[in-house]
Amino acid sequence: MQSFIAALLNSLDIALLLFVIAVGLNIIFGVLNVINFAHGALYMLGAYFAYTAMGLLGLSFWVALVVAPLLVAVVAIAIERLMLRMVYDRHITDSLLLTFALLLIIDESVRMIWGPSIHVVDPPALLTGTFSVFGVNYPIYGLFVIAVGIAMMLGLWLLFTRTRLGRIVRAAALDREMAQTLGINVPMVITGVFAFGAWIAAVGGVVAAPMRAIGPAMGEKIIIESFIVVVIGGLGSFPGTLLGALVLGFIHGFGGRFLPEINLVLPYIGMALVLLIKPQGLMGKRASA
Amino acid sequence: MTEPLLSIRDLTKTFGGVHAVDGVSLDVQPRETVALIGPNGAGKTTFYNMISGRMAPTSGSIHYDGDEITGLPPHRISRLGISRSFQITNIFQELSVRQNVEVALTAFHGKALSMLRLASRDREIIDEAYVLLKRLGLEDVAEQRAGVLNYGDKRLLEIAIVLATRPRLVLLDEPTAGMTPEETRHVTHLIRKLADSGDYTFLVTEHDMSVVFGLADRILVMHRGQRLAEGTPEEIRNDPEVKRAYLGEEEEEAAS
Amino acid sequence: MTTRLMIVGVLALVLAALILLPYGVPYFYIFVATEILIMGLFAASFNLVFGYTGMLSFGHAAFFGMGSYTTAMLLLHLQVPLVWTLLAAMLTSMLLAAVIGFFCVRLNEVYFAMLTLAFGMMVFAVAHQWRSVTNGSDGITGFPLTEFGLGLDLQLANPLVYYYVVLVVVVLAAALLYLVTRSPFGLILKAISENPERVSFCGLNERRFRLIAFIVAGLFAGLAGGLFAPFNRVASPDMIHWSQSAEAVLMTILGGSAYFLGPFFGAMVFVLLETWITSYTDHWMLFLGIILALMVMFFRRGILGTVLDRLLRR
Repeated sequence: MQSFIAALLNSLDIALLLFVIAVGLNIIFGVLNVINFAHGALYMLGAYFAYTAMGLLGLSFWVALVVAPLLVAVVAIAIERLMLRMVYDRHITDSLLLTFALLLIIDESVRMIWGPSIHVVDPPALLTGTFSVFGVNYPIYGLFVIAVGIAMMLGLWLLFTRTRLGRIVRAAALDREMAQTLGINVPMVITGVFAFGAWIAAVGGVVAAPMRAIGPAMGEKIIIESFIVVVIGGLGSFPGTLLGALVLGFIHGFGGRFLPEINLVLPYIGMALVLLIKPQGLMGKRASA
Repeated sequence: MTEPLLSIRDLTKTFGGVHAVDGVSLDVQPRETVALIGPNGAGKTTFYNMISGRMAPTSGSIHYDGDEITGLPPHRISRLGISRSFQITNIFQELSVRQNVEVALTAFHGKALSMLRLASRDREIIDEAYVLLKRLGLEDVAEQRAGVLNYGDKRLLEIAIVLATRPRLVLLDEPTAGMTPEETRHVTHLIRKLADSGDYTFLVTEHDMSVVFGLADRILVMHRGQRLAEGTPEEIRNDPEVKRAYLGEEEEEAAS
Repeated sequence: MTTRLMIVGVLALVLAALILLPYGVPYFYIFVATEILIMGLFAASFNLVFGYTGMLSFGHAAFFGMGSYTTAMLLLHLQVPLVWTLLAAMLTSMLLAAVIGFFCVRLNEVYFAMLTLAFGMMVFAVAHQWRSVTNGSDGITGFPLTEFGLGLDLQLANPLVYYYVVLVVVVLAAALLYLVTRSPFGLILKAISENPERVSFCGLNERRFRLIAFIVAGLFAGLAGGLFAPFNRVASPDMIHWSQSAEAVLMTILGGSAYFLGPFFGAMVFVLLETWITSYTDHWMLFLGIILALMVMFFRRGILGTVLDRLLRR
């Protein structure tokens, strides 16, 4: 029973972090119609900025949590304005190529600036230690991650369904020309959405930093996971992203504990199964070719 | 009475509560030309999409030459001998005019999987492509990129592609849309000639009434997804329901 | 007509240059030239899927790697003559391409790009973790380069001899691949890249054709990988990593995806650049990314592509 609870909590942990990353990917796709291959790299950048702030500058975790994602958002604005903007009216392949190039650039820049070794940051003092959940001693920080994930989920839901800003973004996503005609500054919305998506990914990176080893391969791993989440859940679907993240989280949480040998390929098997049965994702819209 | 080539029963397509096509039935006899008319939004293109396999019907059935073809994918339906043109010209802009036709011919002659021969050496296909282009008056532009053709010629090319697979049933979706009167006359004359040859059965959608009355053996009038009237051109011309639907549209347009 | 004569003339010159190369350049460049030929084939196989069929795959290295590992393992464990290992490499990569392609071609181009990346990295993970078979991150080394096969007595261990073997194989493979692009099948692929729906309305199951293109491309990538393992003296997971796939993408974009020789030209520029830049820095990937970004933004038709566009006045 204990083992089960631990695996369950671990799954939620992983799932909600994955959700945070994947939802940013989905939001960017929804409005820009681009898959941001560099999304994992932006997550990693958030983690590295946090490491710099905390490990090298001695700032607190909470300061890093505020500052690092903002810095990443600034980087994202520069990327969108200087690079992505050039390929919007071309074939979508060009956007995919460009974000892929960005992935290479950011990945290698990180390696160059911070070196190839792994770094560690400690969780803030407030969140160290363990807490007893149903008889299992679970790290408080892990519970914090779950809480952040839920907060992000609710926050995004409220933002997109209840606020005027959310409505503007959804309008731009649905019909760009129409939105422009209605007086919405669509280019600014696009920049904003890309920066926002990057910001979310960076928040994920900062939050993940005390939990995971910070290394140059972080971005690579998370982007594949995000793709799997989005394929399982369905591109363009908010609840789908949550569902996909939960599925993958549980695969990792329980697979990692009970089936360690094939743990690495389990996510791919899960993805392949979904592709066979429901190619557009469990909750996705039309995606077939 | 011969067996109809195309037999459609109660064909329906709903999109989230809206009936784009609502219980339409139609029989098309071999070698006849049936025109499908109706105001915009009447459901004509959706109707075509279901027959050609682009969309699956919500309910109803389509039989072709005795066999049920409801819900089959487009490539299967094409192989059975049904070809269609599109309202928005659907050609291969980057390929040459001749290559456009060769694509269809390659498919038709079962050579699409031929990987180890040069396409430029296949005289059978190249010659047949020229014959087809000549029939449509496009032989002079055969080597040009399809994208540089004028609008009328592009639509002619589309018809060439349609005919290349030697269909028995041809669905033309507003073939003269956007054409000059000269081009319209040319295309109408062409379709008339093809229809008279007895090799094809035509189902034609049109807005231009002169074209319709010049080509059709029978007319089906659609309105708001439903069959409004069906009959010979004379019958349709005098049908009060049709007049009301069209006149009603005209009055609405005049009022706005 | 004269343009065609000119192109044939240039090709003949290039071929002559390749044949005479070892006698005119420093010894080191034999290795560079061998690598250019192999990478050119790899990039050209990628372009069959990308430039000709319109599908962007970020996992093409999986087939390259599969070819490498197949060759390496056969040489190591069974001492099979090279020619048979190359055939086996083509077979295994073809099968892998069939499996991966089956899942990927059913979805639109956005999903396709994501899925090929994901599946490619899955193969990478397997190669990385399955120590007992693939020797993990160390890769497979120490395989002997004995004979070529077919009764030919060739000293494969001699780089000069190996260069000529690669030259012959790559030229033959390139000719074959070119034939495929100019065949009726190739015409269908070009049509599909532009307007897949129209193709299906002509009576062809365009999804099946895209899968077949993917498989053929995987086959040639496997051949390139099979040639690469003996050259590199190791078959390692790096060859399957997306950074390797990225190289195929960049080489193709560098040279130009619209012309058959574009990827080969791009491979030449790429390998020369890489050789030059890696002598200064370890961070070659950064330059790779920057060059790719710049090419996509400003020089989408590629170097050779832009030149040929001008010459052919498109």
